Amino acid sequence: MSEVMLQLLLRSLWETVLMTAASGLISLVAGLPLGLALIATERGGIAENLWVNRILAAIINGFRSVPFIILLVALIPVTRLIVGTSIGTWAAIVPLSIAATPYYARIAEVSLREVDRGLIEAARAMGGNRWTIIREVLVPEALPGIVAGFTVTLVTLVGASAMAGAIGAGGLGDLAIRYGYQRFETTVMIAVVAVLIVLVCGIQWLGDRLVVRLDHRV
Amino acid sequence: MQPYLERRAARDPWVGELFGLQPFDAPPREAVRKGYSVNQHVLAEIPFLADIVGNDTSPQPSRPALADGEEIVRLVDLKRRFGETPALEGVSLTVRKGEILGIIGRSGAGKSTLIRCLNGLERPDSGQVHIEGREIGRLGESELQPLRRRIGMIFQHFNLLSAKTVEDNVALPLKIAGQKKAARRARAAELLELVGLSAKAKAYPSSLSGGQKQRVGIARALAAGPALLLSDEATSALDPETTRSILALLKDINRRFGLTILLITHEMEVIRSIADRVAVIDAGRIVEEGPVWSVFADPQSEITQSLLGGIRPQLPAEIAEKLSSVPGKEAILRVDVAGDAARRPLLSELAVAVPGRFRLIHGGVDHVQGEPVGSLFLGVAAKDGQVAKTLDFLTARNARAKVLGYV
Repeated sequence: MSEVMLQLLLRSLWETVLMTAASGLISLVAGLPLGLALIATERGGIAENLWVNRILAAIINGFRSVPFIILLVALIPVTRLIVGTSIGTWAAIVPLSIAATPYYARIAEVSLREVDRGLIEAARAMGGNRWTIIREVLVPEALPGIVAGFTVTLVTLVGASAMAGAIGAGGLGDLAIRYGYQRFETTVMIAVVAVLIVLVCGIQWLGDRLVVRLDHRV
Repeated sequence: MQPYLERRAARDPWVGELFGLQPFDAPPREAVRKGYSVNQHVLAEIPFLADIVGNDTSPQPSRPALADGEEIVRLVDLKRRFGETPALEGVSLTVRKGEILGIIGRSGAGKSTLIRCLNGLERPDSGQVHIEGREIGRLGESELQPLRRRIGMIFQHFNLLSAKTVEDNVALPLKIAGQKKAARRARAAELLELVGLSAKAKAYPSSLSGGQKQRVGIARALAAGPALLLSDEATSALDPETTRSILALLKDINRRFGLTILLITHEMEVIRSIADRVAVIDAGRIVEEGPVWSVFADPQSEITQSLLGGIRPQLPAEIAEKLSSVPGKEAILRVDVAGDAARRPLLSELAVAVPGRFRLIHGGVDHVQGEPVGSLFLGVAAKDGQVAKTLDFLTARNARAKVLGYV
């Protein structure tokens, strides 16, 4: 592989890492509160409100049903409003975040639901309010699941970012499509796939390590 | 007293308790910490032996009656349904300061709903809940929160937070109450010392045994200095030995700090070990209530008798099978005796007063709250009016005796 190709590969790796990290962070910050809201407002939750729960669920389901490639194009006006342009790596972060947030909210919801109701009852019996229950019980007890779910979301984002090439965002996926596939450069294709495997394995390994450190349940 | 016993007592505190070297009601702290508890069955043997030699050494009740204590909880006609299923159908109950009230019932009798009404985790459909003179039925969630800090609670499955260390679990009620970190640490250390788990302060609950987890639960429930401790089947998930040590700890806390405890359980053993008063709940109603020893001595309702079945002497099955109502050679008598009547040398007096042969088939004298409560099965020769004389003698001595049948 030539020097130029190597440079291209490095730049693409950086673009992928940037897109994954930025949209991952946004989906964590927005998705976790959404997951908490879903759990809190459901029947028997700490802030039961079935209407809010239904509306939230409908919005989340709506965003999750749209194929990402469609969302990428459909969100162009929003992207332009936020980033100022509709092409490039930063522009791709907007639709990636908007797609990953409801996905992560559902994953967080599952982990939060697994928290033993007895623990919530104990916190209530101690005189804790809703905020106490969220801060001292729900989030810390669900943390291993929240982190494991975040790892899954990051890996999914690595995959989704390949499609972001459609709006000129670059990244490893884009490199594989344009050079490896369209120009039949098998070496590039193999190199990209190898880098992606290392990247995904690295993310998963870090996530797993963190979960083991956080999990005191057994 | 033999010097040997004193030497034994120095090594094993329960020996001292057993032979009166140390007060039974206030077990020494090491005994509690090491999980020793007095073997009730062994204790029950001693006055029975004493009974035969006519020398009363049974322990006297050592606590004053608590009837005049100030009311901490008053429940008035509490009702609660879950859909079509009624859980509570008009429960009225009073808990007085410093006492241990045990509520016993089968599963589904309404115990859990009842105990949850006391700290507002469950709202009754009608009726009133007064806590320290304050009606809490109409309080909102945010008004209930400071009140709940006055009420500690322990649970069957401990409900410790797995993500927090033992120390942080104990300190959580204080954190909720807004105390500073240094104060929380000091108090948590004090409480862990009390329950004998200082060494585990930095450990996570998953590394503890069931009994240790419940000790942490108790320390946590006591952290905010509650006026009332609610115990929701706190020993039901523990083995018998651990159960005894947890109950000994609760009793010790009750005696030392005068903490009022309301516990629910389905095990009479728990009631016998620590409760002062018992209320029996069945199908959402209190069917029987009174001092534990008197309910044990003379259970009125069928449910109480059935719950007591496991720990009161029963007629051996092989004799029960042969029992017939047609008068035969030997009459089988059940004799229930409690209180002062059970302190007397009943059997030796019977042997002197009523000539003829009788045999002791089964039975024993148990001690509940320091009161002897006995159930004996006697076989009395059915001739020369001996059965009638025996019944008359026992009735005159305040023992309840009846003929179950003949063999």
